[in-house]
Amino acid sequence: MSELHEKSVVELATALRARQVSSVELTQAFLERVTRHQRELNAFISITAEAALAEAAQADARLRSQDAGPLTGVPIAHKDIFCTRGQKTTCGSRMLANFVSPYDATVVARLRAAGVVMLGKTNMDEFAMGSSNETSFFGPVRNPWDRERVPGGSSGGSAVAVAARLVPAATATDTGGSIRQPAALCGVTGLKPTYGRVSRFGMIAFASSLDQGGLLTRSAGDAALLLGAIAGFDERDSTSVELPVPDYSAALEQPLKGLKIGVLKEFFDKGLDPAIDQLLRAALDVLRSQGAVIKEVSLPHLPLSVPTYYVVGPAECSSNLARFDGVRYGYRCDKPRDLLDLYQRSRGEGFGAEVKRRIMTGTYVLSAGYYDAFYLKAQRVRQLISNDFEHAFHDVDVVIGPTTPTAAFELGAKTSDPVTMYLNDIYTIGANLAGLPAISVPCGFAQGLPAGMQIIGPHFGEERLLNVAHRYQLETDWHRRTPAGFA
Amino acid sequence: MAWETVIGLEIHAQLSTQSKIFSGSSTAYGAPPNAQANLVDLAYPGVLPVLNAEAVRMAVKFGLAINARVTRRSIFARKNYFYPDLPKGYQISQYELPIICGGAVDIVLDDGTVKRIDVTRAHLEEDAGKSLHEGLAGSTGIDLNRAGTPLIEIVSEPAMRSAKEAVAYLKKIHTLVRYLQICDGNMQEGSFRCDANVSVRQRGAEKLGTRAEIKNLNSFRFVDKAINFEVARQIELLEGGGQVVQETRLYDADRGETRSMRSKEEANDYRYFPDPDLLPVEIDQLYIDTVAASLPELPDQKAQRLRKDYHLSVYDAGVLTASAELADYYEHVVRELGGDPGLAMSPKLVANTVMGELAGLLNRDGLEISASRVTAPALAGLLRRIADNTISGKIAKDVLEAMWDEDQQADAIIDARGWRQITDESAIEAAIDAVMAANPSQLAQYRSGKDKLFGFFVGQAMKATQGKANPARLNELLKKKLGG
Repeated sequence: MSELHEKSVVELATALRARQVSSVELTQAFLERVTRHQRELNAFISITAEAALAEAAQADARLRSQDAGPLTGVPIAHKDIFCTRGQKTTCGSRMLANFVSPYDATVVARLRAAGVVMLGKTNMDEFAMGSSNETSFFGPVRNPWDRERVPGGSSGGSAVAVAARLVPAATATDTGGSIRQPAALCGVTGLKPTYGRVSRFGMIAFASSLDQGGLLTRSAGDAALLLGAIAGFDERDSTSVELPVPDYSAALEQPLKGLKIGVLKEFFDKGLDPAIDQLLRAALDVLRSQGAVIKEVSLPHLPLSVPTYYVVGPAECSSNLARFDGVRYGYRCDKPRDLLDLYQRSRGEGFGAEVKRRIMTGTYVLSAGYYDAFYLKAQRVRQLISNDFEHAFHDVDVVIGPTTPTAAFELGAKTSDPVTMYLNDIYTIGANLAGLPAISVPCGFAQGLPAGMQIIGPHFGEERLLNVAHRYQLETDWHRRTPAGFA
Repeated sequence: MAWETVIGLEIHAQLSTQSKIFSGSSTAYGAPPNAQANLVDLAYPGVLPVLNAEAVRMAVKFGLAINARVTRRSIFARKNYFYPDLPKGYQISQYELPIICGGAVDIVLDDGTVKRIDVTRAHLEEDAGKSLHEGLAGSTGIDLNRAGTPLIEIVSEPAMRSAKEAVAYLKKIHTLVRYLQICDGNMQEGSFRCDANVSVRQRGAEKLGTRAEIKNLNSFRFVDKAINFEVARQIELLEGGGQVVQETRLYDADRGETRSMRSKEEANDYRYFPDPDLLPVEIDQLYIDTVAASLPELPDQKAQRLRKDYHLSVYDAGVLTASAELADYYEHVVRELGGDPGLAMSPKLVANTVMGELAGLLNRDGLEISASRVTAPALAGLLRRIADNTISGKIAKDVLEAMWDEDQQADAIIDARGWRQITDESAIEAAIDAVMAANPSQLAQYRSGKDKLFGFFVGQAMKATQGKANPARLNELLKKKLGG
């Protein structure tokens, strides 16, 4: 039997219910790893050991009294964008560095109710704005495959925690690729559900029409199990959708015979690293060998997704982040002279450069005289991109392409040029603009670094995505590879 | 030079829902600061708004009552600006697609003609909190109890031509929202307030003059005074060769003047955009029909019915229908009296008493009709005693006051004070005889042709009966006896 930290959520849950291991033992084992690697990787902003052990003891009591659910006693970590009652919730920002949330996000509450044990809060780009985890007020997260490289972002801490086997799984959020891109760069599985599938209540908003909570896991099977726990309508989030939650695990094994896969022409462009191109073609061969039919599809408006995203996202962000004003909670500047000074210095000192850049961009595109030219036009393009996808899904069941154009880049390589950084999300943004579910699964290594295959499905097509990813993972072992030093 | 005043009003009516428009907090007035502000009202990180269905129903009710179009798909938008009592840094309002479009109400002008005032739109939005500056040692306190209270903002066309018309329109809307039970209309507590857009132009000119917006007027009197002041200010400015600048002004009630608050240049760019946290509000015909079926009798309909059923004047019907409660009270009294066949108490006389003596007492004590110390059946009991000649109309006033002050029925007071009218001829004759005996010289003068002295004898005889003699009978008998 392998080490505890090498086990999947599914395996750990089974072991817990069979009483082969207690939740306290598991929690201690993972906490030990979290603590041991914290200095080296900086994956966590808070490690909540004391609360975790108390939750584990409760979980063990439930397990003893046969009152346990499928996830009871399993330790995980939450991205520090999810509000957690009585624990610091910083969103990676100085603005909230000392903010203790008085309530649980719906995702947190649902996992808590399922008996999941929270080990801590993972590091992230400030307010989820970034693609390298370098904008965090708490310092960058390092990629366990190469400590000089970025883990991707914004959910870099969650991706690294899972990749380095510090936790079996972690929650994350995805506004323009913030789950899938770090999943690809760290060699883990990252699921961004359909917009509206998972409640956004208690998830600190960046861009409300794009944000979606999801998961970073070691396998599609684990993602299926956890998605079942967090998905579903929430009366506190009007944009969550009132649809029944299927048993995602039940659909995993379905054969792929006859599955129609669309290969996204626009994704295999000159920006794509040839090594990743090769890995994708090999991955498609694996799926083809299982009976899937592969054809090329085109989404003509997809190349417009990055500029569209960088109008819509900042516009919403400029408004969403207005509440951080130094008045009621969060960072307040020292000795404000008057109201204007309070606003200017609290926000000026509390927010980092990338957040300020996006607030300014967003304020600009919503200003009188610019609204039509930028915001309205971006909304129209967004609709066209949505239509492209809808059209494609008339012909195919899922579309597949790379998750990122390149593997993990070096720390500091792109920090001086925001646009180059933004282009890292060129393949992931489309799914956010169209509100579609997408998953990134490890598909090999380019120059020794992990690469990801992205599978995008129609609205509420999570079952199919997880099924395709799972069948692929049955045939491959890329997702089982552990970075050196973390086995 | 002849100037014409042009006024448009933006009325903010707080909807009387139990909870706030986007959070579950109570909307009750007067709680300790921030006792009614939950995490959504405080705009904590991660919280989301959820629309209160009751607020939508109330807005639709209003729309139907003014014959407006109910928008089938309306959108909430964010109005972005920084202010400490605006916790999210934006107000959720409606911008391009408000829930109510068009509609109109009629007002009655002084000369009795009816003028139709068109409403441009009415939209749903949330109220802001309050900043408190007093007693905080130089600091500013924020009370968010009011933050998130649902409002309907009713925007009129620039259709009014005088402060009087503006007040009449404001009163009409005030009456309407209370009939609909969607707003308590309490202006002191700020549940009903308005901004006035005021401009002047030369009579006959087509183009509107530059307007000033006077903010937050919270009484009918202030609306009247502020507009009149502002009109005079603008005319004086223009006649002196100056120009009106577009700006927001405040009305200072203590000084009775308006003051500049901020100019157009200093105005915020609100950066409106659709709120991505809220779905469009979709309303179908079935919903509209259901709300329409729930509408009460509206003021205009009620006034028309009172005129028809009770032969009241336009004026009386208008006064009695100013509130549904007053009209109900009136009709209740009429109904009570109708139960006594043969009693001649006309609805007009009931109206006179309700609008006269009763209104006077309500006014004196600052009470609403619903808090009247004399109930409708009790008032009917009093009027019944006038009708059956138990008391005279003159004594009735004293009886009503006694009923008001002592919480007694009319009969109890009449009996206790011996105010029953004397109709017994022998008693009246005895009184007359005594008066004649006591005033022989006047009697002689009268009999020699000084008819004017008749009044003197009436007064003396009335005095002798402590005012209780039936006046008609007294007159009759006196005439006979004096004539010898």
